[in-house]
Amino acid sequence: MRFALIGQPNCGKSTLFNQVAGYKAETGNFTGTTVTYTESKVRIQGVIVELVDLPGTYTLTGTNPAERETLRYLASHEVDLIINVLDASHLAQGLTLTLELLELGRPLLVALNMMDEAGRMGMSIDGERLQALLGAPTAPLIASKGRGVRNLFVAALHAAEKRLPPQRPHYSPALEQAIHILAANLNGNRRSEAAGAPADPIQKAAAVPLPPLPLAIKLLEGDESLLQQVALARPGVEDLVASAQAQVMQSLGRPAVWALSSARSELAEELAAQVVRQGERHYTWRDRLDDVLLHPLWGYLALVLILLALFQVIYGIGSATEKPLLAFFDSLAVWVETLSGGSALLGGVLYGLLQGVAGGVAIVLPYLLPFLFGLGFLEDIGYLPRVAFLMDALMHRMGLHGKAVVPFILGYGCNVPAVMSTRMMEEPRDRFLAATLATLVPCAARLAVVFGLVAFYLGPGVALALYLFNLFVIALTGRVVSAMLPEDTPGMILEMPVYRTPTLKSVASKAWFRAREFMVEAWPILIIGSVVLALLNYYQLTDYLNVLTRPITWALDLPGEVGVPLIFGVLRKELSLIMLRQALGVEDFAAALNAVQMVTFTVFVMFYVPCLATLAMLKRELGWRSMLVIAGLTVVIALLAALAARFVAPPFL
Amino acid sequence: MDLLDIESGKWVRILAYQGGRRFEHRLRQLGLLPGQCARVLRHAPFGGPLLIEVHQRQLALGRGVAARIEVEEIDAPCDSR
Repeated sequence: MRFALIGQPNCGKSTLFNQVAGYKAETGNFTGTTVTYTESKVRIQGVIVELVDLPGTYTLTGTNPAERETLRYLASHEVDLIINVLDASHLAQGLTLTLELLELGRPLLVALNMMDEAGRMGMSIDGERLQALLGAPTAPLIASKGRGVRNLFVAALHAAEKRLPPQRPHYSPALEQAIHILAANLNGNRRSEAAGAPADPIQKAAAVPLPPLPLAIKLLEGDESLLQQVALARPGVEDLVASAQAQVMQSLGRPAVWALSSARSELAEELAAQVVRQGERHYTWRDRLDDVLLHPLWGYLALVLILLALFQVIYGIGSATEKPLLAFFDSLAVWVETLSGGSALLGGVLYGLLQGVAGGVAIVLPYLLPFLFGLGFLEDIGYLPRVAFLMDALMHRMGLHGKAVVPFILGYGCNVPAVMSTRMMEEPRDRFLAATLATLVPCAARLAVVFGLVAFYLGPGVALALYLFNLFVIALTGRVVSAMLPEDTPGMILEMPVYRTPTLKSVASKAWFRAREFMVEAWPILIIGSVVLALLNYYQLTDYLNVLTRPITWALDLPGEVGVPLIFGVLRKELSLIMLRQALGVEDFAAALNAVQMVTFTVFVMFYVPCLATLAMLKRELGWRSMLVIAGLTVVIALLAALAARFVAPPFL
Repeated sequence: MDLLDIESGKWVRILAYQGGRRFEHRLRQLGLLPGQCARVLRHAPFGGPLLIEVHQRQLALGRGVAARIEVEEIDAPCDSR
């Protein structure tokens, strides 16, 4: 049995999913946290149910890839029950999606989430009345506190077992006529009455498990990917759809997609008016907070202070934990040396292995985990959209808009989720530009290089200067690239969620979820890379690689041995620092590199080719071509920036 | 008159907007339909976006977006549930 969780952005689907699925979905008080679907098996009263968490969407005919995922899923998978999660404090708007889902004729259960918030806003909601009006079961829920979750799933199981298809909402006669004629035409003039009718040949041929009427509605609304899917099986369908759309245009004077969405939203308003009783609204700190945090002066001051505090805390925790951990691994290294019993090969391999493990534990986690905690905290409170609001004007100067600030902030943790989050942007142009700039953001791995080399040997002031220099280069790149790309987009459209109190459980699980992803993907490569380098060293093959990279290292006035760490840095950026120690054959970097060389090296590492995992994500999101363009571009930027650093930095050091 | 001309705190009725299929679609999804009432809550400084309230939900609209939304100012707050 399979249940699909569907709801509008930020309605708490993923929170609900996590309550039962043991933390597999990312949640956040922010639109578009779930960009692809997540599946999990749950057991309800002895029955194993496959639960699918789909990205939040305002409508099934969405405009960005994350939103299209929902219809694509429903149009290609059998689902026994749709659990439609609604933000009860914004019932009318949520119900527009519910009506659209009811059209599909699949069994549906409405979960009225955030009942506590609705209460705070002075609303009382009559769930039973809504159940009667919709003809679909409803269940109250406060997913963030886990209240009502059990009852919800028991009700869901009952609803799925009964398999009752809900009533389809009916719209104006003109619309209904167009829908029915199109549905009949799709099936070669065979009139199909009920929404729940068995799949007709057209559905089978096109592999679209939607009954005729819903299919007709979606085509009438002009869903292009669905049209292509159907057109493959039934050529000429484009003309049928176009004539149905023309018919609506003629009788109603506006496009079918407009007519349908107004019809739904009117019906939703009527429904909400019947079940919501609005009482006195209780004003709380939540309502007053934006007066400060979005204030033209205090807002920016708060932003700077918040980011500064985040930076300070990460640096504080990171440097305090890194030293003892490294000392621990150093003592292990001595032990490994005695263990290998004089065999240089075994000793080298073991030492490489240890370096890889130590790199993951002692360098990455002290910085990554605190960062993820801080980010999760800001995300759950609902601060990130405020940052987008404040930063919109600035982002416009880089050819982007405020929404792109999220890939940026995520990028400081890891470029992989940053590239992934560009999906919530509508225009391909914006996605490409945001992804390009996000890969230039120094992630936690590069943070390790900056802190381990520059901050440790030259002081935190120089590290901060490098971060500012990095921002400058990103802004410059944004300007140049956006000037080369065609056409500006209208700009940002973003929902501002109400502030919510984050729970430790949710923040911790999210940090763990992201850290685990990092460890699973990166750590093995890190360890393998270290061992491979140890072997290369043993067989003295590194000289050849260093010759290949010599033009770059020569131009940057770096020792030739730096070539190998740079190549391995593509696997994981922090490798370039770990391997630098091995390649130079020193424990103390100051013995082999002068201050300018440290800065030049770090600047180059900051910008050149994103790591393997990020490259893979770029390929998935934007395709091979864009990935290669971005990779090539970053090498050019890295060279130019590092050259600039080589000649500009000396007077300041 | 477009949305950019409206001062913070004022109520408006949305008349129309244009900007391509996808753009219009996006606004419709968020409940910004012609005839709908909305309230301008604040303008961000430095040519930043504005914050409006529709259906008791707050939306940030970039200036490029707001400039394409034609509105009329209305006196009384309308019930926009």
